[in-house]
Formats: sequence, structure tokens, C-alpha cells
Amino acid sequence: MTGRCGPVAVDIGLDFEGEEIEVSTFQEERERERHRAKRSDSDRERRKRGNGRRKRASRAEEGKGESQARHDRREKGRRKRTRRDQDDKGRKRDEEVQAKIKSGKSAKTRKHIKYEKKRKMEEKLEVEEGEGEERHAKRKRKHGSANKEERDEDGRKRTVKEKAQGVKRKKHKKVVETSSEPSEEEDNDEEDNEEVEVRPESLSSEELEKLKEAVDERKKLIQVLRGKPWPMKKKCVTLWESQEFVEKYEGALGKGKGRKLYAYKVMMTKKWMKFQRDFENFKTACIPWEMKIKEIESHFGSSVASYFIFLRWMYGINMILFCLTFGLVMVPEALMGRPYGTIPRKTVPRAEATSAMDFAVLWDFGGYAQYSVLFYGYYNNQRAIGWLKFRMPLSYFLVGVGTVAYSYMVVIRTMARNANESGVGDDNSFNFNWKMFTSWDYLIGNPETADNKFASITTSFKEAILEEQESRKDDNIHLTRFLRVLANFLVLCCLAGSGYLIYFVVRRSQKFALDGLENHSWWERNEVNMVMSLLGMFCPMLFDVISALENYHPRVALQWQLGRIFALFLGNLYTFIIALMDEINLKREEEKIIKFNITTWEASLYNGTVSENSTAPPVTIQPADVPRGPCWETMVGQEFVRLIISDTMTTYITLLIGDFLRAVLVRFLNYCWCWDLEAGFPSYSEFDVSGNVLGLIFNQGMIWMGAFYAPCLPALNILRLHVSMYLQCWAVMCCNVPQERVFKASGSNNFYMAMLLVILFLSTLPAIYTIVTIPPSFDCGPFSGKQHMFDVIQETLELDFPAWFGKVFSYASNPGLVLPFILLMVLAIYYLQSTSKSYKEANVELKKKLQTQNEENKKKNKLAALKAQMDQEEARKASS
Amino acid sequence: MTNADSSSFRLHGRYRELAPHLVPLDYTNNPDIRVPPTLIVTMPELKENPFRDRIVETFSEDGHGNLSFNDFVDMFSALCETSPRELKTIYAFKIYDFNRDNFICKEDLKKTLNKLTKGELSPEEVLLVCDKSMEEADLDGDSKLSFSDFENMVSKAPDFLRYGSTSSTTKRGGKSTWLPLHNI
Repeated sequence: MTGRCGPVAVDIGLDFEGEEIEVSTFQEERERERHRAKRSDSDRERRKRGNGRRKRASRAEEGKGESQARHDRREKGRRKRTRRDQDDKGRKRDEEVQAKIKSGKSAKTRKHIKYEKKRKMEEKLEVEEGEGEERHAKRKRKHGSANKEERDEDGRKRTVKEKAQGVKRKKHKKVVETSSEPSEEEDNDEEDNEEVEVRPESLSSEELEKLKEAVDERKKLIQVLRGKPWPMKKKCVTLWESQEFVEKYEGALGKGKGRKLYAYKVMMTKKWMKFQRDFENFKTACIPWEMKIKEIESHFGSSVASYFIFLRWMYGINMILFCLTFGLVMVPEALMGRPYGTIPRKTVPRAEATSAMDFAVLWDFGGYAQYSVLFYGYYNNQRAIGWLKFRMPLSYFLVGVGTVAYSYMVVIRTMARNANESGVGDDNSFNFNWKMFTSWDYLIGNPETADNKFASITTSFKEAILEEQESRKDDNIHLTRFLRVLANFLVLCCLAGSGYLIYFVVRRSQKFALDGLENHSWWERNEVNMVMSLLGMFCPMLFDVISALENYHPRVALQWQLGRIFALFLGNLYTFIIALMDEINLKREEEKIIKFNITTWEASLYNGTVSENSTAPPVTIQPADVPRGPCWETMVGQEFVRLIISDTMTTYITLLIGDFLRAVLVRFLNYCWCWDLEAGFPSYSEFDVSGNVLGLIFNQGMIWMGAFYAPCLPALNILRLHVSMYLQCWAVMCCNVPQERVFKASGSNNFYMAMLLVILFLSTLPAIYTIVTIPPSFDCGPFSGKQHMFDVIQETLELDFPAWFGKVFSYASNPGLVLPFILLMVLAIYYLQSTSKSYKEANVELKKKLQTQNEENKKKNKLAALKAQMDQEEARKASS
Repeated sequence: MTNADSSSFRLHGRYRELAPHLVPLDYTNNPDIRVPPTLIVTMPELKENPFRDRIVETFSEDGHGNLSFNDFVDMFSALCETSPRELKTIYAFKIYDFNRDNFICKEDLKKTLNKLTKGELSPEEVLLVCDKSMEEADLDGDSKLSFSDFENMVSKAPDFLRYGSTSSTTKRGGKSTWLPLHNI
């Protein structure tokens, strides 16, 4: 801009010098003009008002926005016509500038000339109608700007010439004559403006309003200037003029430091915008693994990337869960609770002490790991710990409830948001067009990224094409029906078989457990976990083979596949839980016996000490020697932790063997093999999105189930997810090939989310069941000694809150209040659901209407075109 | 004004960088200087863009891609991320209108597609995609897309909905925003 504006400024400077002399010649004219002006004063007021109205109207029209292209064309046509006038206008302009410089007096006279001009202009305006006005406004702006330089140049030359000739009066007249050219409004404004500068006190409120309007218009113009498809030259000059005008006006209106304030405001808004942009950039830079995922997306398509996005989302949730359990349960207990070894539950029993530090034991989460903050049993039932009086049992309970509540909230909220998004974007009517016109990322400046983008665009087009072709083909044979039934039968067999296998294994392991685990091999000890992991690994492959029989549309096939794997995992998990319940019952039987034994042991101990010496302090017994019950809660926690560990190991080992080793073999054996390994049978593996997502979901389910009994589970899961993120990213990029059939299970992620919700529900069910119905162990955990775990709430209410609060709470939890409330909620849900249904129907109706309208329009247009053709032909015939 | 000045100085720097032997530092005499398209497309912002030639052609006054400084500034202002959506729509239409007949016809679509995919789709696939696109967006049934068709289509694009004209976007490789160049 500066490059442009520089010379203009120089020209103007020259102009001033040139016209200095000319101004003096106005003096004669002034006296005459003044009389005329007085006459027209009243006229002026009226017209000004009219002008304002018109301006407003034209602005409104502009706002409505006819297409800019049309304006452009119109303007172009007009440009030639009006170019003639520009010389004259330039002259007039020069005068203005010069007059302003001169003095208040000369300005006043010039004003009268202006009135004259304006009158003429308005006459012209009245002839023009509606649209004409708008056009006029446009043209005005154009003239006022685009040719300023030219004008100035002309003006200078001309004035020099005229000075020599000495025909000043003639020139003056000329100005008046040519004033019909529509640039008056601007001049008026400037002139009014000047008037303000001269005598601000004489300004009526009406005029003030008008001025304000004019300036607001300019400001608006400055704002929307960016949006105009004009060449830069024009924009630049318009902006320049408008800014000048606004600044002048604001100063003139007596707004004190108007100019400074304005500049300050502009600067601040710019700074603010820049800050916002930087902040956004910062925020996106803070999203972890964004570039990794983008890279994968560009090579493997959106479906593979969606898995990694899901993984990241899961990581986020687990981060929150981890913060909750770590910050509110584990750290307080470790810092403020009684240290290790002070009480029996915090000490490794004497019998296990020798092997408590062995790696094999620790790996199984026995020994020191078992008697640590990692598990339920370690926590003490002391009501308040440390100098903070931290309510440990209450905190433990609330965190347990809180993790579940938070998970529900997040999952449901995400589902709702996804539903909203898909609700907006489910209009898939421009699928191909969007891919074509909006898929290129104009921010790409890196050759590698560009290559990735090309690849991903091509992939997405292929996806769309494949889908299109799939939707076109339809063949309905009885054979496929038969095959489908057969496939489902086979799958059911698989499911039943795997269920039985797990049940069998769990039963066997219980037998082993009764015998004592030490007598058995590693395999026998880890049988349950290994069998579950292996089943989870191989059954999906089997399902995949079976589903080849069915000949479904790939998307439907994928959904079936997912459903089957889901059923498999769920069956396995529940078999496992049922087996665990059996074990819990066994432990509780054991506990009863031990409890009885302990009372006798204590009694004997007490009696013994009393009998020996009644005054001596009681014999201190090492906490490690105190007999203790089988803490079933810790057992459950351990089981879950072991399950997670073995699951993670299997996943990683499968990844390494199934993907990496296979890829290495295929790659390097290919040189000395009899057929093409890369293109032929083994080939490279594809990334199995659905299986991986399901694995992730079930893993999360186990976390939710076990987190109450093993507070370390979220931490372990974070570790696992973190490692998986890097390992899988690497494995995908290095040993997988893009899928040939790329289909997402559904348009949105809600399919997976719904699964996650189901799993969340199913996994909280047993956890809540155990918490509510089974009484806690008598000698371990934060709730020991209570009848139920949730008694801690009541206890807190009684001891920590005023009496009235407890009363209110008991009233509120009265079934007479709760039941109606639940009823009300159900009714509200019903109402909302029915309204949303009706909205949906209305939406569908409207869409249909739109479609039919479009089709009708098409038909109409075609008919019109045909008719026009016929007419043309007829005309031709007639003429011939 | 000062802000605009500094950014235009910087822009002029960028402009001059492209062809130091052609562009003078001093613009007082309004020299008529145009930088040829072969030099313009070497800018990092355009280097990888499949439509770089079209972009340069669209913004040049002579239609051959020779950009004067004004055209250059024009291009940046239209493509920068804060420029309004309507403006971008107008210029995008011009960019995709390869033969400059104010309609996007099937040939234009084919060219666009081939540029986007580096010609990796087979001719049948290209034909299918073009047919489908035309079918989707052509509302008046003249088998070419007018500006109103284009505007209608683009205004409904999901990326457009989410990333309106005011929201700023990720720097590189972010979610595909529609027409922003690097903001200078």
C-alpha cells in the first residue's frame, strides 16, 4: 500500500502550490453566491434529510447483497461512460483541498457552491430509481477513489494551463456545471465536516445525526472492504479516503482524542485477534500425537486414524480417572496414613515374607505389591488421617463412585455431541463435490505432507467410489441366504465353545487354587488369562473367515463382525466374573472360619498375658504375625490387574509377531522364494480397526470393573495406552499396508461409543453389586468393621454434618420422595423423546419438500430452455 | 495505518524476494512491473498446492499469471485465513473455473480431480466421480455448475460450518480448512 500511496501524496503537495493563486480569484464570485445561498438554505435542510434517507436505503440494499460479480460487471460498463467526467471532477477536488487549506472564509463561500451542486445532483437522483440509487452509490465510491492519482495529475496540469490563460471565471462555472456527476454526497459530508470544524456550536442535532451516520457508513465500509472482490488498487484508495474522512470527523466532533482513541482501539483489536490466533495455534499444538495421527490418516485413511483418535480420547479419560484415584486416594494414604508395617493389613505376613521381594511374586502382584497402596486391602479404616483430617474411607468411596459417574457423563456427552454433529452433517448430498472442492488443505507447505495429502485424497475418492459401486450392485440369491444362516450357526458354535472353554478353565483353576498354586506350573497358574487372551485373538479371525460366506455389503459385514466379537468378549468377561463370584464366596467362607479362629487366638493371647503378669504391659506382637483373613477385595483387584497385564502382553506380542515378524519375513524372504510373497499369500497385514477398537473398549471395561478394588488400575492403563500409542503407530507405519476395503462401521463414532456405553454399564453392574451386597472384609480395607461399604456415607452425615442436614438427607432419601422423582424423570424423558421424534419427522418432511422443489425447478428450467429453442427456431423460420 | 504499513512492507519484501532483479525497492514512479508465474509459484505457500497455476492466473490482471504488486497483495488478502467466506467462495469459483466461462463444466471437474489425485484414478473412476458431482450440485439441470450452484454447495460443506471465517485454524496439517494461505 505504501508503494502506491507515496506518489499520490507527492502529487497533492504539488497541487497545493499550483492552485494557491487560483483561490484568490474566487473573491468576486463569493458575494454573488452568498445571496443565492441564503435563498436555498431552507431547501438545503429538507434535501439533506432526503439524502440521508436515500443513503440509508441504498445501504440496506447493499446489505442485502446482490452478487458482487454483477456489480463488477455493471461498474465496468459504466466506467467508460463516466471517465469523461473525471477530469472535471479532479478539478473540483483540487479546489476543495486547496480551499480547506485556505481559511474559514473561503470555505464558507465554497460551501455555497456546493449547495448549488447538490441541488443539481438531487434532481438527477430523483430521476433515477430504486436500483439506480444503489448503483449510484457504488459509482460514487468508485469515482471518489479509483482515479484519484490520475485526477490529481490532471488537476495539476490543468491549473497551470489555466493560470496562464487567466480564464478563472470560466473554470469556476465549469465546476458548477459538472457537479451533476454523482460524487456529491461525499463532498457534502466533507463540507459539513468542515462546517463543524469551523462552528461546532451552530450544528443542529439533526445534522449531527446525519454526520454520525455518514461516518458510521464509512467505518462499515472499512470493515467490509476486505470482503469485496475488488482489485487492490481500488480497495486501497477507498480505504485510504474513508479512513481520512473518519479520522477528520471524529476529531471534528470534539470527541477529544478521537483520533488517538480510534488508533488505539484498532491496535488493540488487532493485537487481540493475533493473540486469539496464537492461542488457537497453541491449543492445537498442545493436542498430543496430532501429527502422528495426521500422518497415519494420510497414509491409511480416516478409519485407521479414527482408531488412534479413539485411543487418544481413551487416554484422556484415563488421565482424569488416574488423577482422581492417584490424587485423592493413593497419595493421601501413602503420605498421611500409617506407614508400612504398623498394622497387620499393612505388613507382609510372616509366611510370605521370605519370597515377598521375588520378581515372580511381584510380577503376579503378590508380596510387597499386594501390601501396598496399589490394592484395596492396604487402606486403613481410620476415619480421618493426617493433620488435614482427611476422611480417607469417605474419599475412597466417593472416588469409586466418582470415576463411574464421570465415565458415564463423558461417554454420554460425547455421544450427544457426535449425534449433534452427524445431525448437522448427515446431509450427504454433496459428498463428491465436497471431496473435490474442499479437501485440499491450503495450509500445506511441506512436500512430504503434500504427498500424504494427495494419497489421502485419492484414498478418500476410492472409498467413495467403492461405496457408490456397492450401493449399485444388488443380487439376491437363495444361496446367500442359506450361507448366512450357516455362518451364524457356525459363529454361535464358536461362542458357545469359547464360553465353555473359559468356564472349564476357571473351574480347573479353582481346583488348582485349592491345592495351592505353588505346586503347579506357570501355565497352570495363568491358564485363565492366557485362554481368554488367546480366544480373544483367534476367534475374531475365525469370524472373519466365516463372514466371507455371507456376502454382505462391507459396512454391514463389518457391523456383523463387530457384533460377534462383542458377544465373544462379553461372554468371556462375564464367564470370568461369574467364576470370580464363586471365588469370592469361597473366600468369605474361609473368612468366617478365620474370624472365629482369630477371636479364640486373641482370647488365648489375652488370657496368656493376663495369667503371666497382670501389671506388665501386654506383649507386643509383630503385625506380621497376626493371623488375618483372606481379603477378597484385594483378590479381586489382583485378578483384574493380572488380567490387564496378560491382555496387554498378548496384544504387544501379537503385534510383534503377527505384524512385525510377518512383515520382515515377507520383505526379506521374498528374494529367495518361489512365489511373490508380497503380492501373494502371506502379504503384509492390514490394520484391523474393529478388532483393535473392541480390544480397547473391553480393556476399559475391565478398568472400570476393577478400579474400585485396585486403585492402581487407571495408572496401569495409562501406561498401557501410552505404550500402545507409540507401538501401534510405529507398527502401522512400518509393517501394515492400507486396507483394500476401507469402510467405517458407521458415519459417526457413535457406533463405538454406544458399545463403550454398553460395556460401561455391564462392567459397573458387577462392581456395584459387590459393593452393595457383599459385606466388606473384617480386617482389611477402608471399610473394615462396617456392615456395608456405603455405610461410610451415613457415618459422615452423622458425625461431620449438623443434625438437621442428616434429617433432611434421610427425608430426601425416603422412598416416598425418591419414587415420584424417578417417575417424573421417566415422564420427562418420554416427553423429550417424543418431541425429538416429531422434530425428526418434520425434518424429513422438509427435506423431501426441498428435494421435490429442486426437481421441479430442474424440470421448469429444462422446459424453459426447450421453449426458448422452439421460439428461436420459429423466429428463424418466419424470417426465412 | 501503521499496522497496514508494516504488513505491506513485509509483503513487498516477499514480493521482491521472488524476483529481486525485476522489482525495485522504490515505487514512487508507479513502475509497471509484473512478476511471471514461474517465479510466483516458487513461494512456499503455493509450492505444494495442486492449483498453484490456477491461483496465480486468477489473481493476475492479464490472466496469464503475471502478477503486479497489487495483484500480489490481492492474492494474499483473499487467501489469508481471516478473509471472509464469501470472498473466498468467489475466488475459489474462479480458481476452479479452468476455462473461464463463468461455469464449472465437466472438463473443469476432470482437471480439478486429476490435479487433486495426481492422476492416480483411472479414467472410468474420474468419469464416475465427475458425473456424481455434477448430479449432486447442479440444481438447474444445465450440466454445468453456475456460481450459485457452487455457492450453495460450498456453504453446506461441513468444514465450512465448523471453521467459519473468523475461527483461526491449525498451522499445518490441521483439519482441512478450506482456502487459507499462511497469514502473513
